[in-house]
Amino acid sequence: MADTLERLRARFGDDILFTHSFAGDDTALVKRDALLAVAGFLKSELGFEMLMDETVVDHLYMTPGDDVFPGEGRFEFVAHLYSLSRNLRVRIKARAPENDARFSSLYGLWKAANFMEREIYDMYGVVLEGHPDMRRILLYDEFEGHPLRKDYPYTREQPLIAMRPREEEEQ
Amino acid sequence: MDLNSTTPQVPGAGAVRPGQEAVAVTTKLDAAIGWARKYSLFNYPFVTACCGMEYMATSSGHYDTDRFGAALPRFSPRQADLLMVVGTIVHKQAPILQRIYEQMCEPKWVISFGACATSGGFYRNYSVVQGIDKIIPVDVYIPGCPPRPETVLDALLMLQEKIQRQPQKI
Repeated sequence: MADTLERLRARFGDDILFTHSFAGDDTALVKRDALLAVAGFLKSELGFEMLMDETVVDHLYMTPGDDVFPGEGRFEFVAHLYSLSRNLRVRIKARAPENDARFSSLYGLWKAANFMEREIYDMYGVVLEGHPDMRRILLYDEFEGHPLRKDYPYTREQPLIAMRPREEEEQ
Repeated sequence: MDLNSTTPQVPGAGAVRPGQEAVAVTTKLDAAIGWARKYSLFNYPFVTACCGMEYMATSSGHYDTDRFGAALPRFSPRQADLLMVVGTIVHKQAPILQRIYEQMCEPKWVISFGACATSGGFYRNYSVVQGIDKIIPVDVYIPGCPPRPETVLDALLMLQEKIQRQPQKI
C-alpha cells in the first residue's frame, strides 16, 4: 500500500531517498541520519509496533546499477517492521560507507533490537550507536575480523585449540 | 545363544567336547577382555545438531542397540567408554569436546556420527571444525547426512570388531 510511503515522504521529504513498492511490500531508503526519526515515526504514528528483523548487507562486490536501490556506501542497514494492528509491512534501509560503518541503534524503540544489533556488530563490524551493550554475541572474543564481510576469506578458520595433524590410514 | 553349541562363545576359547559339560574355558587374556569390553559399551552422546534425531531413532527400542550391549547412554563422560560425537562441531565448541574426551577413562573409543562430525559436512566456513579428528582421535566414522540407523548399527559392529582385535591395556 502506497499509503505508508506517501506518509513518509510527506513527513520527511528529502530524507527519503528512494521508495519501492511491490506486492504489498513497501521499502524506503532513507538518509542515515534520519533513520531513527523515521523508525520512531513509523512506530508511533503509523502503527508499526513490531520489529521483525534487523540486519546489514555488505555490498562490497556489487557494482552500482546492479541493485534496484540507488544508495551509496558499502553497508546497507535493513529493518523489517510489521504492524499487528493494520497487518502491514514496511522495510527501511540506509547506507553507510566503509570508513564510517555506523548506524543509529533501534534499541530505544524496540528492545528486540538488542541481540540482532549485537549480531550485526559480530558479523559485519558495523557499530549501532546508542546500543547499551555493543559487543560480540555469537563468536568468541579471540576471533579476529567479522566473518560475514565479503572480504573475509571464507575458509579462514580461527581455532581456539591446537588442531591435530590428520592420522595416517591404518594398515 | 545355544547352550549346547560346541562353538566357542569367547573368541579364542577352547571348544567344549560334544556330550561333555563345560567346566572350564581356556582362552587368551586379551581375547577374553576384548570380548567383555566390546559387549559392554557405555556411550556418551555429544549431540549438537540434527543428527541427534537419528541418534535418538537408533537408540530407541525399534533398533535395539542392547543386542550389542551398547544401549545405555551415560551422561557423564567419567562413566562412559564410547564417545559418540553427533553433529556439527564448531571452533567455539572444540575446547569443550576436547575436555569431555579427556575426562573419559581408558579404555575409550570415539565414533564420529554423520558427515559434519566426520569432515565438517557441507559447512566449509569460518566456524566449523573440518572433522573432529582434528581435535580428538576417532575410531569409526559414520557417513551420511544423517546416517540411517542401520549405518549406525554397522558402525557399532565395526567398533566391536576393532575392540576385539586391539591389544587390551589393563
